Amino acid sequence: MSDEFDKKIEAKADTIVDAGSVPSGSAPGIDYVPAHEKPDQELYHSHSWWTTYVFSQDAKYIGIQYAITAIGTGLIGLVLSWMMRLQLAFPGLGILEPSAYYQFITMHGMIMVIYLLTALFLGGFGNLLIPLMCGARDMAFPYLNMVSYWAFLLAVLILLSSFFVPGGPTGAGWTLYPPQAITSGTPGSSAGIVLMLISLCVFVAGFTMGGLNYIITMLQSRARGMTLMRLPLTCWGIFTATVLALLAFPALLVGCIMMTLDNLLGTSFFMPAMISMGEKLSYDGGSPLLFQHLFWFFGHPEVYIIALPAFGIISDLISVHARKNIFGYRMMVWAIVGIGALSFFVWAHHMYVSGMTPWFGYFFATTTLIIAVPTAIKVYNWVLTLWRGNIHLTLPMLFALAFIVTFVNGGLTGIFLGNVTVDVPLSDTYFVVAHFHMVMGIAPILVVFGAIYHWFPLITGRMLHEGIGRIHFWVTFLGSYAIYFPMHYQGFVGVPRRYFEIYDSPYITTSTLHLNVFITIAALIVGAAQLLFLFNLIYSARAGEKAEKNPWKANSLEWLTPEMPPGHGNFGKELPVVYRWAYDFNVPGADKDYIPQTVPPSEVRYAKVEKT
Amino acid sequence: MFPLIVAHIFVLIVIASVAFHFWSPWWWTPVASNWGGMDDTILLTFWVTGVVFIAVCLFMAYCIWRYRYQKDRKAEYKPEDKKLEFHLTWLTTLGVIVMLAPGLVVWHKYVTVPEDALNVEVVAYQWGWKYRLPGEDDILGKTEIKFINDENPFGLNLKDPNGKDDILVDSGDLHLQIDKPVKLLLRSLDVLHNFYVPQFRGKMDMVPGHVTYYWLTPIRTGDFEVLCAEFCGVGHYAMRGRVFVDEEKNYNQWLAQQITFEKMLAQNKIDNKSLKLVKNIE
Repeated sequence: MSDEFDKKIEAKADTIVDAGSVPSGSAPGIDYVPAHEKPDQELYHSHSWWTTYVFSQDAKYIGIQYAITAIGTGLIGLVLSWMMRLQLAFPGLGILEPSAYYQFITMHGMIMVIYLLTALFLGGFGNLLIPLMCGARDMAFPYLNMVSYWAFLLAVLILLSSFFVPGGPTGAGWTLYPPQAITSGTPGSSAGIVLMLISLCVFVAGFTMGGLNYIITMLQSRARGMTLMRLPLTCWGIFTATVLALLAFPALLVGCIMMTLDNLLGTSFFMPAMISMGEKLSYDGGSPLLFQHLFWFFGHPEVYIIALPAFGIISDLISVHARKNIFGYRMMVWAIVGIGALSFFVWAHHMYVSGMTPWFGYFFATTTLIIAVPTAIKVYNWVLTLWRGNIHLTLPMLFALAFIVTFVNGGLTGIFLGNVTVDVPLSDTYFVVAHFHMVMGIAPILVVFGAIYHWFPLITGRMLHEGIGRIHFWVTFLGSYAIYFPMHYQGFVGVPRRYFEIYDSPYITTSTLHLNVFITIAALIVGAAQLLFLFNLIYSARAGEKAEKNPWKANSLEWLTPEMPPGHGNFGKELPVVYRWAYDFNVPGADKDYIPQTVPPSEVRYAKVEKT
Repeated sequence: MFPLIVAHIFVLIVIASVAFHFWSPWWWTPVASNWGGMDDTILLTFWVTGVVFIAVCLFMAYCIWRYRYQKDRKAEYKPEDKKLEFHLTWLTTLGVIVMLAPGLVVWHKYVTVPEDALNVEVVAYQWGWKYRLPGEDDILGKTEIKFINDENPFGLNLKDPNGKDDILVDSGDLHLQIDKPVKLLLRSLDVLHNFYVPQFRGKMDMVPGHVTYYWLTPIRTGDFEVLCAEFCGVGHYAMRGRVFVDEEKNYNQWLAQQITFEKMLAQNKIDNKSLKLVKNIE
């Protein structure tokens, strides 16, 4: 590594020492912060139990409401996946009918992608962390923020109500491709699909309210001295993801509305002339591919809507627990922004074999593989942060390490599928299932766990139980790797996805039956371990070991509130003033191994700090 | 002690993954078409990505052990290293180019159909397959959904003279001739489907309202299973068919047994039998 850097630090240290020779007391030169730009936010103060805990306008409570609702819905998704895995491994038991199987894969997919991961990362962690990390008292629009949560809850209830209507929920697959989504060969093609589409529309409306809040809060309500390039990467991840979501969700929304019209009013946006169950339908002239373009114009950024907050959070966890600054912060920020921008130009890599003009293949394969470069840089910077660190193998750190393994694995298989030629034999097989579960199922979920272990003391004032946590970690990490790594090879064999039963087939030279059983057993064990985690949450919230203030010795503002958990208005009387980025760990010359963001340079005169 | 265990587990994950890759019985079936190039691209991608995966994981395991927490150790303070970041960036770009370029060459072949390819239409419906081959004029007649009825199950346009000698295969099995390139014209009567034979490697969705295509040259004889690879409703998993790759003699024998559109129309009129239009699995 280069020596330029050391020289730069020395040069900087000289100027700091010079400044230090100025008579102490006030240090206007080195403790410079910009003046207040606007008056302190006027907060809504709740007066009753209902307005404090139920119709709360405090972003911290809203975040927890989002998280609990999302995790609750996610548990339903988990149970659905158990049923599917049991059916696949033990078809003889007759656990599911084909129609129920297809309804379960559909609901599992939609729940996990939208109602669990999107809601949890943006609604949950976004609400909890944005005001605290930016040094704001609350979101910019607290009332709108409250409505956003209730819209989300309504969307969840509409979605789940489809289990109880005639015909059941839609079984169209989470991609909801027309024409089959609204024709009678698919389960739930009457009421189920309509409820799904309405639920998505409500979700998008609710998300838009929340999303505008996150963006405006981060742009307008940062503490004095908190420049954009001093924000923790968690904020950058959530910020960019929210921008993506605000641009991508409208495509989903119009797709949903148009399909609802096709279904209820008989329009033909997506419906060509066709035959269903022996009868000619009255549709004519619509294009099923149009829906696919709309869906994936949303669907691919959606992957990064989940991944970017995960990238941000993991960067912070690694840095704090390795006691070292995140390597290449500026590069990390630009990588997040670059990935976000590129993600709007790759959507048709989900459609290489969709029947769109094959000439698109060249363009989308190229853009897709270009996106691998900033993504790879992020991975390098994570592992380079570990290099010469002082690594505490705490639970958040363990989850972060596991994230890197699963993310690298899942990201690299993405290069297979993004490279158009390789995609042809592998698309629509279990290779795809394994890839996206590894990269946008397991990897982000490991981040969620790491984040919960990390910020649980901030929320409850107590630590999660370490022993239970370690069992949970190893079972979840090794178990889910054991599920999805071998599954790629089923895809190489050629086993198609979305098959209710995989009979022994003459083309499968080696039976994948035993592998199927193995995967199912691993899935059941991993699922059961999550119950242990839930127990840990409830047990530790009540009787866990009391956490000291700033238990991980982090630098970012959320840990620097006067009380922990932070009270209403977050920061007591005076808002914090920020003098540095969140990553000043083990700065040469400093007394302690960390310098919180609020420490002015005059208090750490001999620290050889890089200017941020 | 704990860091040492964790580092070892990470190394074990790498070893187990590599071992599984080389020694597990699950791998692709031998290729039966000219698309062996796809397999080669996969192998190339495996080598490049495999090296990256192993390198990153082992580096991580080393860091876990080497830089484990020690009370008196100070972590290095080094916010950036432009030189290192630059080298890593171009190295990654190079790796990407190595994987992408051959991929695009194979893709170019995949989308460029040879002039002499035989047109074969594959018709998909919920939930089965049928096929149409051109007659002596080598031209397939025009079709439309609105022409479909019991007597004309393929929906051929009766006014199009090119359709009269089209050969219709309504009973399931398709035969192809070895070493003869064939362009599969893919048509769906209802929802999305995908004509997929694992040994042929090729794949393309069938979209109602469009005719999509891909081409291949069978390179070994045998009988293969056709699978639907695009979710098409509740009978998706049971939508199977068969393809036979024959030597020229057997192929011509099979072809001679098939019925032309003209004959089928006449026969249907005489028998006045109602052909079942859409087969249901139930």
